[in-house]
Amino acid sequence: MSWLLEPLSHAFMVKALLVSALVGGVCGLLSCYMTLKGWALMGDAVSHAVMPGVVVAYALGLPFSLGAFVFGVGSVAAIGFVKQKSRIKEDTVIGLVFTGFFALGLVLVSKVRSNIDLTHILFGNVLGISGSDIQQTLLISSLVVALLLVFRRDLLLFCFDPTHARSIGINTGLLHYMLLSVLSLTAVAGLQTVGVILVVAMLVTPGATAYLLTDRFDRMTLLAVASSVLSSLIGVYVSYWSDSSTAGCIVLAQTALFLLAFLLAPRYGILNAHRSQAP
Amino acid sequence: MTHGLTAPTIQRIEVEKLCVDYNGTVALYDADLSLPPGCICGLVGMNGAGKSTLFKALTGFVRPSHGRIRINGLPVLAAQKDQAVAYVPQSEGIDCNFPISVWDVVMMGRYGSMNIFRWPRQSDRVAVRDALKRVDLLELASRPIGALSGGQRKRAFLARAIAQRASVLLLDEPFNGVDVRTEQLMAQLFLQFRQEGRTILISTHDLSHIRDFCDLVVLINRTVLAYGDTSEVFTPENLARTFGGMVPKP
Repeated sequence: MSWLLEPLSHAFMVKALLVSALVGGVCGLLSCYMTLKGWALMGDAVSHAVMPGVVVAYALGLPFSLGAFVFGVGSVAAIGFVKQKSRIKEDTVIGLVFTGFFALGLVLVSKVRSNIDLTHILFGNVLGISGSDIQQTLLISSLVVALLLVFRRDLLLFCFDPTHARSIGINTGLLHYMLLSVLSLTAVAGLQTVGVILVVAMLVTPGATAYLLTDRFDRMTLLAVASSVLSSLIGVYVSYWSDSSTAGCIVLAQTALFLLAFLLAPRYGILNAHRSQAP
Repeated sequence: MTHGLTAPTIQRIEVEKLCVDYNGTVALYDADLSLPPGCICGLVGMNGAGKSTLFKALTGFVRPSHGRIRINGLPVLAAQKDQAVAYVPQSEGIDCNFPISVWDVVMMGRYGSMNIFRWPRQSDRVAVRDALKRVDLLELASRPIGALSGGQRKRAFLARAIAQRASVLLLDEPFNGVDVRTEQLMAQLFLQFRQEGRTILISTHDLSHIRDFCDLVVLINRTVLAYGDTSEVFTPENLARTFGGMVPKP
């Protein structure tokens, strides 16, 4: 039992576990919509694009999440604008815009005098998270969860059949931008825990795992949140005992759960698929 | 029922001088159309002739660059808020792996009448149950949508339109790839809808179905070439103009 309890005697470990679990839960919830809407690449884009925002915010003495959010939304707007005004396909535009933003972030980090550690932005720093960062994460998480819960039926319909949503008078444009804003906010929250590079895993993997396990959206949401929170806890523990990258361990735990579902899921796992196809 | 159902003088759909363009490419120009309550109307044209553009304009998905649309005498947005318009998609356009049950799909027809949280009331459940019964899918209500056959899936979307209690139904290629049983059931339902005063606009490229079911027909090729009683509009000349000289075998 000591392997479980000993880490809890350190305040930084308790904080890390709580924050990772919280961020994991929020990302897990959002990941359902990302996988169903096919927005994995968008998640990748937004999470990378927030980087210059973090640097600018630190340089100006603003909360880092504010800067990150502005640049996250800015990247989405830039993607939408270039796509609409040119003949270039969407995935190309996404790849083009987010790498531009990311590169700007890299240059800013190296030029702007600040005490920002590049590796903390890139790979997260949940073990050293500060009190004010926890406050920001809490604020963002509650806002995101509230929005996703209030609009969960509308968002589900928006993912499933936007034409019907539109034809019954639901403002799909608003839902589109709300989901993108929520994505930006969540990317900002995830940045603290696993960093810019791996946050897309948090935004995709739990949803994909849950999607293999059920044909019910409500169950999918619960499974995604549960697997994501569990991965965060496992990841932080493994990282503590193996003295390795926390972000890496969290995402590896998610990947491991995905592989389990991929192999063993009752209906859609590959070891069961051929069995259920038999007459 | 919506108030539109009891006001026979107002046209269900009125389209005047409608133009739609996508970034400068004209998809539809000067289209005029007027459909009364209680009719079944076929919308005939080639691929790219503007059938789906007209549907998109009627569901508010594209904004006309010119002209005006009235549904039950109201602008599109107001008619939508009134739950007057139901769109029944080609089921090919729907993600069949989506984790959602037949019941939940049909319940989506009720969203527009619910509060912001979309919590179903007893009346919503009754509407969904009735709609499922009418399309003969009640026993399959808890199945995931992906477990249905093509024809059953089409009926599920029809049930959603019924649950919505829309007075205008827009159906995209409803007879594509359906079994005989579904086709008969849909034909029966369309006749009932007409009796209930609903107006049904069916886009199709299958001319035999038009002759069988439709009171009215609209021929389009970038604009409305002709519309009116099926027997009058379905002339060889009109069809030649619609299909650019290549009339499909009826």
